Amino acid sequence: MAEVLDTADFDQPRPPPRPQIQIVPLKGLPIAVLAVIFVFVAIGTNWKWMLMFSHVVGGGLWTGIDLFVGLVIGPILGKMSIPARAEFSAKFMPMMLIIMPTVVTMTLGSGFQIARQLGNLNTSSPNHSWLIFSMCVVGVMAVVALGVLEPANVAVLFEMNKPVPNGERIGRLMKRFIYTAGLTGAMQVATLVIMTRVATQ
Amino acid sequence: MSAMARPDGDRVFPPIAWLTTASLASVVVGGILMASYAPRKAPLGVATALLVLAVILLSIAAGLLSHVKDFAWSTFTKVFKWALLAYIVEAAMIEFAFVRNHTSGSSLLIISAMLVIFGVSVPTTIAFTVARYADA
Repeated sequence: MAEVLDTADFDQPRPPPRPQIQIVPLKGLPIAVLAVIFVFVAIGTNWKWMLMFSHVVGGGLWTGIDLFVGLVIGPILGKMSIPARAEFSAKFMPMMLIIMPTVVTMTLGSGFQIARQLGNLNTSSPNHSWLIFSMCVVGVMAVVALGVLEPANVAVLFEMNKPVPNGERIGRLMKRFIYTAGLTGAMQVATLVIMTRVATQ
Repeated sequence: MSAMARPDGDRVFPPIAWLTTASLASVVVGGILMASYAPRKAPLGVATALLVLAVILLSIAAGLLSHVKDFAWSTFTKVFKWALLAYIVEAAMIEFAFVRNHTSGSSLLIISAMLVIFGVSVPTTIAFTVARYADA
């Protein structure tokens, strides 16, 4: 009987094995390393153009990605079925693991240096209070992103790589990702207001 | 540490991720305080208090973590070491920016200690969140 069952099982078409997700896309690492070296050199040489380039490129990408993910991708993701969400996330989240820390490092490292160089951190500067407000916004975003969003992101990828992923758990962690991405996206609106105020005072 | 299950079937763990995130929040507030005073000297009393709070929270988290039974330590270690590498680079960048701006003495010491907390708390949060769902 057991032999019959085994043969019948053997004849069944099996689903193709799921490809393993590369949690950190290694192809993206050299770009991230180059960006970090660029910021180190910018701070070391104090070259205004390099600092501005790092800050504007990093900040523009950070704000844009946060707004887009939080207010456009997130709500779409929330309405997708769990398998569709999983498939999208398997390709999307590893990229975010490389992109986001890189653009945040570019923005903050160069931003502090520019603020010092332009005297915006001096209490006499009209921009001082705006910069403190900006640091508070970034601080809240950092705690939310590093304490909730990023761990959920990595945990989802590890769960997906299991032989039998727990769909309910992935859905729960994804929900956490969607809500926190929405929160940081909304907070980026404050960053846009602050930075345009600082640039025009 | 006894293993209990939530209604969804996942194990209940001590609030390790909450503690490490609170520790991170404490050094972020301290960092903002220090940066907001640059180039003047920040009030070190408040910054030191925040640093001590962060150290206490992280120590409690480490203590609770060390008592967890049937934990996926291999997954935790694997994730922790790579995340640690990434956050050491990030912390080094921030340290470099402060040193480049002539921060020195006790201010630099406090900032460096805060960056150590930052560099350890984030990888701990990430590694714990992953390992809690992994098979021990």
